[in-house]
Amino acid sequence: MKNVNRLAPMLVMGAATLYFLVPIWWLLVAASKSRDQFTSTTPLWFADFSLADNLKELFAYGDGVFLRWMLNSVVYTGGAALLGTLLAAMCGYALAKYRFPGREAIFNIVLSGVLVPATALALPLFLIFSQFEATNTFWSVFLPSLVNPFGVYLARIYASASVPDELLEAARLDGSGEVRTFFTISTKLMFPALVTIFLFHFVAVWNNFLLPLIMLGEEKLFPVTLGLYSWNTQVNQIPELRMLVLTGALVSIVPLVIAFLLLQRFWRNGLGSGAIK
Amino acid sequence: MRAALGLVLVSALALGACSSGGDTSAEGGDTKASCAPSEGNVTLTYTTWIPGIENVVKVWNEKNPNIQVKVQTGPNGNGGTYANFFNQLKAGNAPDLGHIEYDALPSFRVQDGLTNLADCAEVTAAKDQFVDWTWGQVTFGEQNSVYGIPQDAGPMALFYRKDLFEKNNIPVPATWDEYAAAAEKVKAAGGYITNFSQSDINQFAGLAWQAGGRWFANDGSKWTVNLQDENTTKVANYWQGLIDKKLVSAVPPWTTEWDNAYNTGQAWTWTSAVWGANSIMSGAPATKGKWAVAPMPQWTAGGTVAGNWGGSSTAVFKGSKHPYEAAKFALWLNTSEEALTLLNKEAQLYPATKAGASLPALSEGVEFYGGQKIYDVFATASTQVAADFVWGPTMTSTYATASDGFKGAVSGNGTLLDALKTTQTKTIENLKSQSIPVAE
Repeated sequence: MKNVNRLAPMLVMGAATLYFLVPIWWLLVAASKSRDQFTSTTPLWFADFSLADNLKELFAYGDGVFLRWMLNSVVYTGGAALLGTLLAAMCGYALAKYRFPGREAIFNIVLSGVLVPATALALPLFLIFSQFEATNTFWSVFLPSLVNPFGVYLARIYASASVPDELLEAARLDGSGEVRTFFTISTKLMFPALVTIFLFHFVAVWNNFLLPLIMLGEEKLFPVTLGLYSWNTQVNQIPELRMLVLTGALVSIVPLVIAFLLLQRFWRNGLGSGAIK
Repeated sequence: MRAALGLVLVSALALGACSSGGDTSAEGGDTKASCAPSEGNVTLTYTTWIPGIENVVKVWNEKNPNIQVKVQTGPNGNGGTYANFFNQLKAGNAPDLGHIEYDALPSFRVQDGLTNLADCAEVTAAKDQFVDWTWGQVTFGEQNSVYGIPQDAGPMALFYRKDLFEKNNIPVPATWDEYAAAAEKVKAAGGYITNFSQSDINQFAGLAWQAGGRWFANDGSKWTVNLQDENTTKVANYWQGLIDKKLVSAVPPWTTEWDNAYNTGQAWTWTSAVWGANSIMSGAPATKGKWAVAPMPQWTAGGTVAGNWGGSSTAVFKGSKHPYEAAKFALWLNTSEEALTLLNKEAQLYPATKAGASLPALSEGVEFYGGQKIYDVFATASTQVAADFVWGPTMTSTYATASDGFKGAVSGNGTLLDALKTTQTKTIENLKSQSIPVAE
């Protein structure tokens, strides 16, 4: 009986793991094939290993525009996630630790922001940026990406649970200013939550596809998602692009994988402690 | 509709003329105002998804320091760029020029998003340079209207596996009857004569176009939708017959499965457009040297009618401050030999001009097709496309509905004709929901 109890979850987890890993495996295999072998060999196992050639072609195509897209994605995503996390942390912390009129109202408004999908905001944002003639610029994608209502929510919950009021009192008595207290004491206590927020935010911006699609026309500003999508829509006319899209897709998940591997420890801690406290 | 549109146009022009302080009473004044050269240096924006377009535009920019063109890009039209155009028109920051396929032009026109270039003398003078039907696609067959400069065309012909046809002693079909007969023999030899495009409705549209089907018409006030006219019905029944006898395969087009069907010799022919030559080359590399191109099979023996699949135009958007310069650039892009040569080299575009058919690159034998001068076949086909085929203003949704029905039909769920019937009803509903007048 005990064995059965352990076996069942393992089976479910195993199936789920397989389900999630097979597409990645397929992508890896597909990206390692040459164009004619891609159509003619079995999809889930390697043929001649020509990943290096594919990579070379990918990085050379269109004057190396793919590398530029990767760099853009890292800047949009990394920059927005870092700054966005800081903003969310400050906001959540302020909502948790200071009493001021309208506090709950602000919190509720921010909370309702969680319910509005980013997709629904893309078009209004485009019309607003059009008013300032700021579409098709770096800022038209970067600025809207800074906002993260869920991060504010998480930061508030976590700050009220993990930063004791007594500690802040003590800091004040010792003559530390509020800003200094926040950066030297509170952020350290909130660190696991900040990592969680950072990762959530990172993934959300990395995957936010509609905003750049609507805002950008300059190829040099594209994030990698939009760039690969553009290529993919041209596969009918320029079939050479298919292998580049596949190889590009493989390369484009590498930063995400790295981010997760490096931060997964914090990620789990953050989620777990958020749930308990 | 035309009167109303004209009124809108005139009032829009009047507004434009007012802001520049002109007199709006005479129509002649309007005409001038709408296509007059701008003073000083001009920078135009041009949105297109043609790969390698930067290299073409660079040539123009070097020669025309006063009219600089800035390229913007994105996914293909239905992949998001058309939606972007509509958003940009709404926000008032549409580019000066945009890449619009023929079947999408009417949707931009009913939304009043395009500048009528009929006032530009250089544009109307260029009419004779273009293959007649491509001009029909941008004028909608009306007087005094030019809503874009034709760019490329997709005249259709029959790609077939020369080696397999010869080996099995099957004559190359010249009529659709012979094609059906050949299909039986191909089946007996263990293959399929072709793969029926179940989800890309454009191929079917090309077949219907050839047969004389005319899906849409606009009499100036109302749209007529006729997806089941006599000729389209004939085409639908013909292919339904092949599907019922299981003489054609039906793997989804533009997939690796589809490539594989051609690469491994399962499918022996493909009735496709000129750009299909490149699709076979890259999708079925193992069949190098085994293909040839013949004219499209005919409905009447000895006929000379071809269909068209694809093609696009360069349009000037409403709100462009420099229609004269924009038209000038669009004409250079789509008529000059240097630009057409580059467009063909970078993106395999097949020119819409008469002279374009004899570009050096299009006069050579192609190794993949056993050295055959395949583009000669398409050059002839291009002159055989009927000029009066009109697209509707809601093609995206029309395609989507038809595609759903066709997918059902190939798996034994209803027929192609049923699918067209549903598409007809849905299209009319859709037009009405957008307040576009429909004649019933």
